[in-house]
Amino acid sequence: MCLAIPHVITEILDDGAAVAVAGRVRAEIRTDLIDSPTPGDTVLVHAGFAIEKLAPEESAELMNLWEEIRRLSGGEA
Amino acid sequence: MDRVTAASQALKRLVDSPVSVMEVCGTHTVSIFRSGIRSLLPPELGLVSGPGCPVCVTDQGEIDCALSLLDRGAVVAAYGDMFRVPGESGSLASKRERGFDARVVTSAFDLLAMAEGDPVKEVVFLAVGFETTAPATAALLIEASRRGIRNLSVLSFHKRTPPALASLSADPGLRISGFLLPGHVSVILGHAPFSFLASDRGIPSVIAGFDPEQIVSGLVDIALQLHSGEAALHSVYGRAVRPEGNRRALELMDRVFESRDSCWRGLGPLAKSGLALRAEFSGFDAEKRFELKPEQGRTPPGCRCGDVLTGRITPHECPLFGSACTPASPTGPCMVSAEGTCGAYFKFSRRGGGPR
Ligand code: SF4
Repeated sequence: MCLAIPHVITEILDDGAAVAVAGRVRAEIRTDLIDSPTPGDTVLVHAGFAIEKLAPEESAELMNLWEEIRRLSGGEA
Repeated sequence: MDRVTAASQALKRLVDSPVSVMEVCGTHTVSIFRSGIRSLLPPELGLVSGPGCPVCVTDQGEIDCALSLLDRGAVVAAYGDMFRVPGESGSLASKRERGFDARVVTSAFDLLAMAEGDPVKEVVFLAVGFETTAPATAALLIEASRRGIRNLSVLSFHKRTPPALASLSADPGLRISGFLLPGHVSVILGHAPFSFLASDRGIPSVIAGFDPEQIVSGLVDIALQLHSGEAALHSVYGRAVRPEGNRRALELMDRVFESRDSCWRGLGPLAKSGLALRAEFSGFDAEKRFELKPEQGRTPPGCRCGDVLTGRITPHECPLFGSACTPASPTGPCMVSAEGTCGAYFKFSRRGGGPR
């Protein structure tokens, strides 16, 4: 029950609700838990609620970790 | 070379003595099986599944409270995963088959229409889940209070993850060398509530999301920390987790809930590990309204969920696994939930690539 699936907000409805899509699935979600929901935002949806917006990029720390992993693995990927 | 392969090679270089990493979250457990990550890991690196499935840690006494409300004529609503968890007198699903009014919800807000649509009935929400799910219950109660709904109440059996980790990390019998921390709980809580694991207990801890790349990169991060001898709390869930957590969600939770002692299946009673409704919302508190007191620590005979949930045994070591206890006829909750450790082992070890 802890699943949270990324959705893209397509429409803001009244009263803290929004329409969001994940692949071909369209859902009405609650936006009570996030700041200024906006169409186009990618949000993590858990049990009917958007729990956070997703940043478009991986963080710098994470990129550094993958660099380190590549170095350790001796791979060139 | 793809990222998962690269990370598994890096792990083979880094890990040369036995290391035991607990993946706290059931969603991690399932992803680890589904992706076959175990087969790519060095043999010294053991993965232990922790108590991170909210369905599984809900104490039987808490389920029994919900079942007793059905007997008293209330409508009981719960997330679908709770329906087949056995209690003393059956499960929500078996009671529903016998004509009791148990209903599945997919969002806490479903309760509003349910209560407003049936104003003469008592409608009770069996609210379980960690800090990922509790904010939705808080939002529900704030809205129900605003609308003046009187026939709605909540059995608040939400659980707080940090006290459980405090208990596991202090358990000398477990010797956990690193924690893979649950990404979605951390989305809400941020880093601070978990930092004690590294700073006080010296255990490397990494917040990870649920795709295989994040899981293996989290394992490499832990291995690098073990190598350097310096423990820290890191996050490899960069796109979602902010160090400060989700402020709005935290505010809502704080308005509605206060911490209370709570009994976990497998871990027993843990101080301040549950969430009770604050006095302002006590009118919505089903335990008060119906004078209920969950009986603590009951377990189905023979079920070793407690040992499974704390990583002491693998499900294969439970005598009931696969014989008396299967997903079609579960004895304990760990076999019921899709994220339960026993359920995951049953499903995936049959396809090969199973656990060791
Ligand atoms: S296999 Fe079944 S009986 Fe054994 S611990 Fe798991 S859920 Fe309990």
